[in-house]
Amino acid sequence: MSIELKHVNYVYSQGTAFQHTALQDVSLKIQDHEFVALVGHTGCGKSTLVQHLNGLLKPTSGQVLINGEDIHGEHTNRKALRQRVGLVFQYPEYQLFEESVEKDIAFGPKNMGLPEDEIHRRVIAAMEMVHLDPARLAAVNPFELSGGQMRRVAIAGILAMQPEILVMDEPAAGLDPQGRDAILGIIRDLHQTGTTIIMVSHAMDDIADLATRIVVMNHGQIAMDGTPREVFCRADVMREAGLEITEAARLAGTLRERGLPVPEDIYTQEEIRDAILRLWKEKVHAQ
Amino acid sequence: MLNNITLGQYYPVDSLVHRLDPRIKIVLTIVTLVAVFLVGTLAGYALILAFCLLVARLSNVPVRMLLKGIKPLRFILILTFFLNLFFTSGTELVHVGFVIITREGLRQAIHFSLRLVFLVMTTSLMTLTTSPIQLSDGMEMLFSPLKVIHFPAHELAMMMSIALRFIPTLMEETDKIMKAQKARGADFESGNLIQRAKSMIPLLVPLFVSAFRRAGDLALAMESRCYHGGEHRTRLRVLRITRMDYLACVAVAVLLALVILESRFIPKGLIL
Repeated sequence: MSIELKHVNYVYSQGTAFQHTALQDVSLKIQDHEFVALVGHTGCGKSTLVQHLNGLLKPTSGQVLINGEDIHGEHTNRKALRQRVGLVFQYPEYQLFEESVEKDIAFGPKNMGLPEDEIHRRVIAAMEMVHLDPARLAAVNPFELSGGQMRRVAIAGILAMQPEILVMDEPAAGLDPQGRDAILGIIRDLHQTGTTIIMVSHAMDDIADLATRIVVMNHGQIAMDGTPREVFCRADVMREAGLEITEAARLAGTLRERGLPVPEDIYTQEEIRDAILRLWKEKVHAQ
Repeated sequence: MLNNITLGQYYPVDSLVHRLDPRIKIVLTIVTLVAVFLVGTLAGYALILAFCLLVARLSNVPVRMLLKGIKPLRFILILTFFLNLFFTSGTELVHVGFVIITREGLRQAIHFSLRLVFLVMTTSLMTLTTSPIQLSDGMEMLFSPLKVIHFPAHELAMMMSIALRFIPTLMEETDKIMKAQKARGADFESGNLIQRAKSMIPLLVPLFVSAFRRAGDLALAMESRCYHGGEHRTRLRVLRITRMDYLACVAVAVLLALVILESRFIPKGLIL
């Protein structure tokens, strides 16, 4: 299932004093099994873009195509579409409302009109996917859980609909390091089991570990689109977009400035470690 | 759906009207409302309309914004119009079957609906051009003489400004939660009344939870900054009356005078 945006423009509150162009001629095609990270400075249009992917926002002009079909076409069933493109909003724990974890996760599948036993099966599977123990937590009131657990319940609520594409807006924002690692681990597992992932994030080091492709946004436009290696080597473009590069890439840059022969395309911690060790060995040999 | 409520929504542009003293604006709005109720004939409403359009023009607020404020009232307007039209006794104009339309009914129907329209229009003009903070500052100052009889002017103004401040936040929150639930396949638009009411639960529960959370946070933040009510508080923005304020007063006084003249001297019934 591919998502394609064709020359999408989006203007908020058109024709008033609040008018604000959020997206400007955005074209983007995302294929099956990709892990796309969407990065950009606050207010660059990431969240707006994300809401176009399942038809929550309608482009002011341009098209959003899923498998070649315009999602705002007359005959498109947008409700069915939203089950195939799961969208996890920022701070999704604020959308919880049911009296038990199980009921809350079941909300999505129920809206899909699935039979009871299938709903139950999916709830259990979704809870296991996000490492929540169904036996212990299914009957608990979600408002009694910790922040990280609540977030996992909310994510399970989307996973229970078994989307083919999972779009997440800052899934790890505001969590403690353990909670963050747990969420990122879950996302990695999902990608490995075949779900296409589109993730908005600010944490470059997380992205460097996970994403297969990075889309950089700036002022509502796509500033850069490429593999992590391509993107993190362009510190200039990243800086212009108000973004950092990974710590490893920064360190490599500093070493190069000092005149050390460190390769240009380093961005992971393993690579910088190997490069430094190599330099070290050469120095020892020379002595 | 959630973007069409203008009451209490500030339209942030700079203009002569925006810069008027909020106290003056509040008083002038009340005077204009009185004028609306004094109107005797359609000519008077034309006068008020002209005044509203003039103020809108001076304030750089598009007339469309004003009309948007009236839109949610349409059912009340229609109801008012027809109730008055059909159920007022007097001299008959039309009599078809059991439907009787009287001269007085027609008059009242037109008057009451126009009054409603102008009520909303004038107050919208004020709220569109006055930021919530200015508005509550103005209210506080206007009510402060009543502090002598222990009227909680400051507390009321604070509550009002907080309430107004949170309207857009809550709207945004509602929009966000609605979208989040739609992403989970929720349907807020179709179904009968009961189904629709039920479908509001996934929206209302998170909204209340977050409203209480926000209220708690705000109270804590205010306390930790030593907020303790109105006594001895100085203010950052000291309100001053300028020449423009006097001019605005004169303009509204002229309007009021014209309306009074109109209601006295144009014979009623001539133009309704």
